[in-house]
Amino acid sequence: MTGPLPLKAIADSVRSGARTSVDVATEYLDRIERGAALGAFLAVDRARTLAEAAAVDARVARGEALPLAGVPVAVKDNIHAVGFTTTCASRMLEGFRPPFDATVVEKLRAAGAVVLGKTNLDEFAMGSSTENSAYLVCRNPWATDRIPGGSSGGSAAAVAANLAPAALGSDTGGSIRQPAALTGTVGLKPTYGRVSRFGLVAFGSSLDQVGPMTRRVEDAAMLHDVLSGHDPKDATTSARPHAPTAPHVGDGVRGLRIGLPDEYFGDAVDSEIRASVESAGRALEAAGAVLKRVSLPHTPHAIPTYYIVATSEASSNLARYDGVHYGRRHPEAVDIASLFTGSRSAYLGKEVKRRILLGTWCLSSGFYDAFYDRALRIRSLLKADFDAAFRDVDLVLCPTTPTPAWRLGEKISDPVQMYVADILTGACNLAGIPGLVVPCGTTGQKDTRLPIGAQLLGPAWSESLLLRAGAVIEAACWDPSFVPSFGSAS
Amino acid sequence: MSTTLERWEPVIGLEVHVQLGTATKMFCGCRNLFGAPPNALTCPVCLGLPGALPVPNRRAAELAIRFGLAVGGTIAEVTRFDRKQYFYPDLPKGYQISQDKGPIVTGGTVTTSFFGDGKTIRLIRAHLEEDAGKGQHEESGGSTLVDLNRCGIPLLEIVSAPDLRSAEDAWAYLNELRLTLRTLDISECDMEKGSLRCDVNVSIRPRGTTPFGDRVELKNLNSFRGVERAIRHEIERQAALLEAGGKVELETRLWDDEKGESRLMRKKESAPDYRYFPDPDLPPFAVGRAWVDRVAAEAPELPLKRLERYTSVYGLSDYDAKVLITDPSICRYFEETTALCNDPKNAANWITSELFGLMKGGVSIDDVKVRPTHIAELVALVKDGTLNVRSAREVLAKQYEDPRPAKEWVEKLGLVQVSDRDALVAIVKKGMEMNPKAVADLKAGKEKAAGAIVGYAMKETKGRGNPAILNEILAELLKTF
Repeated sequence: MTGPLPLKAIADSVRSGARTSVDVATEYLDRIERGAALGAFLAVDRARTLAEAAAVDARVARGEALPLAGVPVAVKDNIHAVGFTTTCASRMLEGFRPPFDATVVEKLRAAGAVVLGKTNLDEFAMGSSTENSAYLVCRNPWATDRIPGGSSGGSAAAVAANLAPAALGSDTGGSIRQPAALTGTVGLKPTYGRVSRFGLVAFGSSLDQVGPMTRRVEDAAMLHDVLSGHDPKDATTSARPHAPTAPHVGDGVRGLRIGLPDEYFGDAVDSEIRASVESAGRALEAAGAVLKRVSLPHTPHAIPTYYIVATSEASSNLARYDGVHYGRRHPEAVDIASLFTGSRSAYLGKEVKRRILLGTWCLSSGFYDAFYDRALRIRSLLKADFDAAFRDVDLVLCPTTPTPAWRLGEKISDPVQMYVADILTGACNLAGIPGLVVPCGTTGQKDTRLPIGAQLLGPAWSESLLLRAGAVIEAACWDPSFVPSFGSAS
Repeated sequence: MSTTLERWEPVIGLEVHVQLGTATKMFCGCRNLFGAPPNALTCPVCLGLPGALPVPNRRAAELAIRFGLAVGGTIAEVTRFDRKQYFYPDLPKGYQISQDKGPIVTGGTVTTSFFGDGKTIRLIRAHLEEDAGKGQHEESGGSTLVDLNRCGIPLLEIVSAPDLRSAEDAWAYLNELRLTLRTLDISECDMEKGSLRCDVNVSIRPRGTTPFGDRVELKNLNSFRGVERAIRHEIERQAALLEAGGKVELETRLWDDEKGESRLMRKKESAPDYRYFPDPDLPPFAVGRAWVDRVAAEAPELPLKRLERYTSVYGLSDYDAKVLITDPSICRYFEETTALCNDPKNAANWITSELFGLMKGGVSIDDVKVRPTHIAELVALVKDGTLNVRSAREVLAKQYEDPRPAKEWVEKLGLVQVSDRDALVAIVKKGMEMNPKAVADLKAGKEKAAGAIVGYAMKETKGRGNPAILNEILAELLKTF
């Protein structure tokens, strides 16, 4: 059996007529059915997806040039795709049908991709394990008693188990990169402003970015090139033209200076993970890169800063779920106040409410300066750390998570433990820089091999460099065609 | 001056919200219109749907800059938007996008040149924000319906310093502000349509003292006269409280114009915490020098500048000029008429004395069937001798009901001025024969006596005799009579 095909091979086969888009979609829809126990998808609509695929076949027949012809893509359920509900894994948005496509979905569809379904996530993308989904437990295909990471856990599980050749995730503090690391997949968090947020349900607006989750680095580059660019509907996108990254994925790293930040290799990080990432570093060195130690001294402040900024913005972004205009309305509401409080109390989950309260507190009169304003000041220090480091090195290589995937239920009752899982990913969003996670090995435990992800961080707009370095690590350390046998695993 | 005002000095500041006259809303492409069917002018952005994002309307910023330049304020080099957060059914996002820390305009002044005694009132700031929707409480069933057409319409909030000292000051300031905003095509400023709204802060202090008293905010003011009444009432209310040994509470009160009184809306302690913070969806944007210069260049003329032009270039009286300028739609009408007939003085006369005489009961000049082309034609017909003033007036009165061209009315009414010399000579001769005394008086130098003869001639010609020619003939005939 040959492994899963790269996206380019799928598109080539559809364009050449070797297979139809409907054939490809059918294959993956069947796989989704067989993998239903993973809880990766919140919405699948076979008829809808096959109709989309048939439309792509018709476009191919008309001779349209479609870079992603017939490529099925799973979409995280906080990103709008017309024809599917967007629930954000929340009871609040149960049955909500968006009247418009997210710009990223519009771009995918224009390029010939087919929406395969909507993937599971932590409610409103708030969480690091996908256990905060109000609907479905999501499992790691490498060990189904373990979490797939989060919040883009459904997208990660779907790609890892090859239920989808590629998926969209969103990353506010690590929500693409951490699940990618825990499931052995590739995840790219682009530079803030590179990809439109229009149609992504907002969590922390100054941090959120949509990015690809794939089996291979070259696939991530291919999707990134389709997703990137200025969007007149999102004032935070950059007008800077996007230079395609896919043609350069194989350019190598000769002469690149790559920094290993001391603060990311501390004792809090599992020794197996440190060793694996260090071996990824040696692979880069062997390919001609120069490794250097660097320091990002404000790293210890990243997590508190991240949680203040993200929850403050979230408290505001989630104010619209009030039961008035859309979403669910509490049936026993008798007046305006009980309509608001009843609906929000009943249909928002515990972690979401915790973060709304935290953020509301941080923005309150009398606390703003001590919390939100101070967090903004530390945010600029974190940014300055990276600026300084990137004067010495081209990229930074570090671990993505302190531990491999943990067991379902292990941390769910301890929010602070859970927040610490983001310790190595949050600074990237605060600094607005791009981050790429590439699998670089597994833990060597006898009973369970769990994937480890290497994280590459670079200055703004350096996605092309990240992808080049990622491809070198992938070639040396990983077999992207390997699919864990989740079905039979204990 | 009431006895209260002898003892107490009011200190008043106004917060005025005006809807900007842009084609589209503040953060989306929906049309900015009044009176459409409920929720017809909405989209995912102004509905606050999940995933929708705001994109600022540059035109709204330009109108705010235009205002800032007109009042001599400072235009921010970098301006930014903040979120003002509160829950209300007409506010679908749960926050209003406004400007807290980086308003687009700070400072500036308004001088009451047209409506008051020339006092200068300082402005603190003017900032951009989006309007909220409107709730409609149904009479039966007790349900509330929400119309979001208004949601997202751009607003400019103009905050004055507490420089006003009386209800009359407030009235004059509001009128002056409205004149500037309307003349500059920034806003219609129609309180009935809600395109101008105003809140008032009032405190009083013993005359001769400087510290401010505790202030009360008045809301729900629906007309400029209502603002005046509410302020007068509030001054008396506060004075009565203080004179009875009580104190004024920091509070917000709702004015009831029908009852002529206010009632408590909320105390200061229950004032909402809006939790302002910079809107992360809208990056701060630089207002470059070049942009400001462009806005300045395309701005219409200010009222005072216009007054100067009307009196010095057009030769209008100060009074006539002000009558035209204080209503920008009349002013526009006048300018159009002048452009057509090239005779500003006569255009102004025909509009302010003749046309105004026909317009009754608050009719707007924009709704009058007689258009500038009609007035310009009448001015020309009088000038070229086709009509005398009396006939022209008659035509105008007819046109007011039925705006067909003057020439048609002239024909229909048989009003063409008689300038046929031979015919007029015969009539004047006859008049002289019938009024020997008048002829004698004229010869004796009593010029007024001509009236009897010319009057006779006008009667004979049914008012259509050309008065200039009649007088000329009379003068000639007198020499030989």
